[in-house]
Amino acid sequence: MATISSNPVSGHPHHGHDHAHASYLQPKGGFAATVWDWMTTVDHKKIGVMYLFAILFMFFLGGVAALAVRMELFTPTVVTGGVATGQELAKFWGVDARDWAEGNNIYNRTMTLHGLIMVFLVIVPSVPASLGNFLIPLMIGAKDVAFPRLNLASWYVYLLGSMFAITAVIMGGVDTGWTFYTPYSTTTDAESMKVVWMVLGAFILGFSSIFTGLNFIVTIHKLRAPGMGWFDMPLFIWGMYGAAVIQVLATPVIGITLLLLIFERLFHIGIFDPRMGGDPVLFQHFFWFYSHPVVYVMILPGMAIMSELVAVGARKKVFGYRAVAFSSLAIAGISFIVWGHHLFTSQGEVSAVIFSALTFLVAIPSAVKVFNWISTYYRGSITLNTPSLYALAFLFLFSIGGLTGLFLGALATDLHLHDTYFIVAHFHYVMMGGTIIAFVGGIHFWWPKMFGKMYNENWAKVGWLLVFVGFNLTFFPQFIMGSQGMPRRYANYVEEFQIYHQLSTVGSWVLALGFVIHLLTFIHSLVAGPKADPNPHGALTLEWTHTSSPPIEHNFEHEPVVTHGPYDFDDVIPPQTRPGEFQLPKPNPNLKH
Amino acid sequence: MATIDLGKHGGGNGGLPGHDHHGADDLSRPYHERYHAAHHFEDREHEFDAVKMGVWLFLATEILLFSGMFCAYAIFRLMYPEAFVNGSHHLDWRWGLLNTVILLMSSYWVAAAVRHAQTNNQKWLQINVFLTFLAGLAFLIIKFVFEYAKKYKEGLLPGKFYSFGGDATAHEPLWWAIYWGATGIHASHVIVGMGLFVWVWLRSRRGHFGPGHYNAVEGVGLYWHIVDIVWIFLFPMLYLIH
Ligand code: HEM
Ligand SMILES: [Cu+2]
Repeated sequence: MATISSNPVSGHPHHGHDHAHASYLQPKGGFAATVWDWMTTVDHKKIGVMYLFAILFMFFLGGVAALAVRMELFTPTVVTGGVATGQELAKFWGVDARDWAEGNNIYNRTMTLHGLIMVFLVIVPSVPASLGNFLIPLMIGAKDVAFPRLNLASWYVYLLGSMFAITAVIMGGVDTGWTFYTPYSTTTDAESMKVVWMVLGAFILGFSSIFTGLNFIVTIHKLRAPGMGWFDMPLFIWGMYGAAVIQVLATPVIGITLLLLIFERLFHIGIFDPRMGGDPVLFQHFFWFYSHPVVYVMILPGMAIMSELVAVGARKKVFGYRAVAFSSLAIAGISFIVWGHHLFTSQGEVSAVIFSALTFLVAIPSAVKVFNWISTYYRGSITLNTPSLYALAFLFLFSIGGLTGLFLGALATDLHLHDTYFIVAHFHYVMMGGTIIAFVGGIHFWWPKMFGKMYNENWAKVGWLLVFVGFNLTFFPQFIMGSQGMPRRYANYVEEFQIYHQLSTVGSWVLALGFVIHLLTFIHSLVAGPKADPNPHGALTLEWTHTSSPPIEHNFEHEPVVTHGPYDFDDVIPPQTRPGEFQLPKPNPNLKH
Repeated sequence: MATIDLGKHGGGNGGLPGHDHHGADDLSRPYHERYHAAHHFEDREHEFDAVKMGVWLFLATEILLFSGMFCAYAIFRLMYPEAFVNGSHHLDWRWGLLNTVILLMSSYWVAAAVRHAQTNNQKWLQINVFLTFLAGLAFLIIKFVFEYAKKYKEGLLPGKFYSFGGDATAHEPLWWAIYWGATGIHASHVIVGMGLFVWVWLRSRRGHFGPGHYNAVEGVGLYWHIVDIVWIFLFPMLYLIH
């Protein structure tokens, strides 16, 4: 209470508690009090950090399921090679694995578990809920997001949705695939409620996603600091804005779809059941009307991170700022009119042709971004630290993913490639090679800001190398076997494909090792890492230039006033990055309040 | 000392009375005059703008949610026109019309409630909020007692529960799936709305709303208008088009 009377520097009479000037991580009293403080916090930074850990935990669970799936695929048959892992899995699901059909059954459930966790619990919330929550207010100079309590609600709704999904797993898991296609999803496991629990889980998670998106849109519109026009915003904000728009506009459609699916299962209303005159393909339309846009909810935040990593890594203004900004909006817009490319084999020919043509459109704004990042690197002075390495990995992997998307968008080739491992490789190159790679790069980049500690750069680089090599080893062979006809979602296969599957499985081990090394590096950093300066990268955005590492509870000592663009490295000499030399700016005396 | 900081530094819970810029709070003043915007907003107007935008975005999601139902209606109507015409004949347009009138009136009342908050007319603010609540209740009574119950008894139910004894065209159960689905989801929105009106009413009795602060009245009012508008589309679609 000592500082209540006034704060002479800022002329700001309201700074009451000391903790308002302390790091947001500072514990509030004893253990119980601190836990309670975190559980009830409306601070966007704490909510972001809690989301970060929850998402990483889910990533671990989904990863274990993936390793199990790859393990099973090491040999062509379901039973023989799979015996060792198969029986472990069998114990987990409580069934007899020696039975061939049971083997398939376990495989399907494990694969579905992997897909559902990775899509609904990891990638969709990944960047927005964690880094987005933490960074958006800091980057635009706000004290919090527009609706802090809604933000906390979104976190609890996320937990609730996860609980439903986990209940379904404990009841034995579902085998529908993450896409829940009817009529299979309305008839499988007929006597049990598992599928209903799982679908309800996804339905509830949708609300969490809407809350986050809605909050971000209003925050970005209404809470920017004085002097920050739309085109003075860091490109991170533009990317998150595009993603938030899709989250808000597409998620309700999956809401009604999943609701109808639940009605269909519980009351057998017939909408998706051909025997009663319903149409199962209608489900596919509804599903992809959401799920195609949502792949851009996944990638836009990754692209948002990329713009920061590239600009700061190259110490250059992003080439074509406006093009990059508007391409985020273009992607958000176009993403709503291409869903039909997932139904090339199940819709009429005319609409397939139209959707194919529209699909090519979406590649344009994506390519605009890639070209602009590469041009930004051109003649930049590049720091090859871990975040930069991840940015380079993104450029390489996302380009492969995006270009193979064009193969799939072309009707003639898609009829051959549909439902093969080519699709699996394509979407892993964009979702993992794009979003997750950018996410991991972003975590490294902002780690010092979030936790006030540096990590060991060398070990991080080792982790990066393993992830990059492991990723390509895992997924590149899948392009080859897919183009040769290996269908997706099977537990067994003909022997010709064995070599590709084995390469892929070995790759998954390398990948896993890479992530373990990252994990250890982070733990080491939290325990023993050197203290981080406010601005170790010499960046120019507000979260680096205007607040300490980690930020104080109320983000800024003084409301920031924006006087230069986020990437004006040529005009502004960035604050020194050598330890101890950094000075937070003095307040602006002309500013009221 | 302790109370002084609550509003400004309570961590964004803008509902609490807070520290005044121009001296200590006079607790005898009504809440809506003492109210301070949450600490991350510049002032109440700024907060009001943000809240309004948030509510509009939420309403966009509501419209998209219902658009799924409308879309399913259009598709199945094209596929099985006869089933839809026949099914629609089982509905009594007079109940539908009555409910439409009730909702329209309630929309007026809630708009009046906002107006009374703006003009600080506390008594009429409360009365109008209460009237809106009653309208919602009337809507539900008509829907459940005079419509749903009757259909339920006759076996005019969706999908596998369909057990109507009289004449029926093929695929009529699909029409009932759409009817029960669309009106059911709408009715659940009415119920949520009524819950919100209870909350607004209790707060209005404690003097929470006035010219400078009526975010909740405005937000809930907007929500109610959307519930009304959705019904205005459902009514002709289900009851009138033959
Ligand atoms: C350059 C832009 C892209 C194009 C042209 C494109 C095109 C396509 C096409 C045509 C398919 C359907 C193939 C089939 O099932 O036969 C597909 C599948 C898929 N794409 Fe893309 N895509 C692009 C970018 C992305 C991005 C950025 C993501 C995610 C971050 C993504 C995720 C997926 C997923 C998850 C599937 C498969 C879903 C499933 O069936 O389980 N795509 N893509
Ligand atoms: Cu798609």
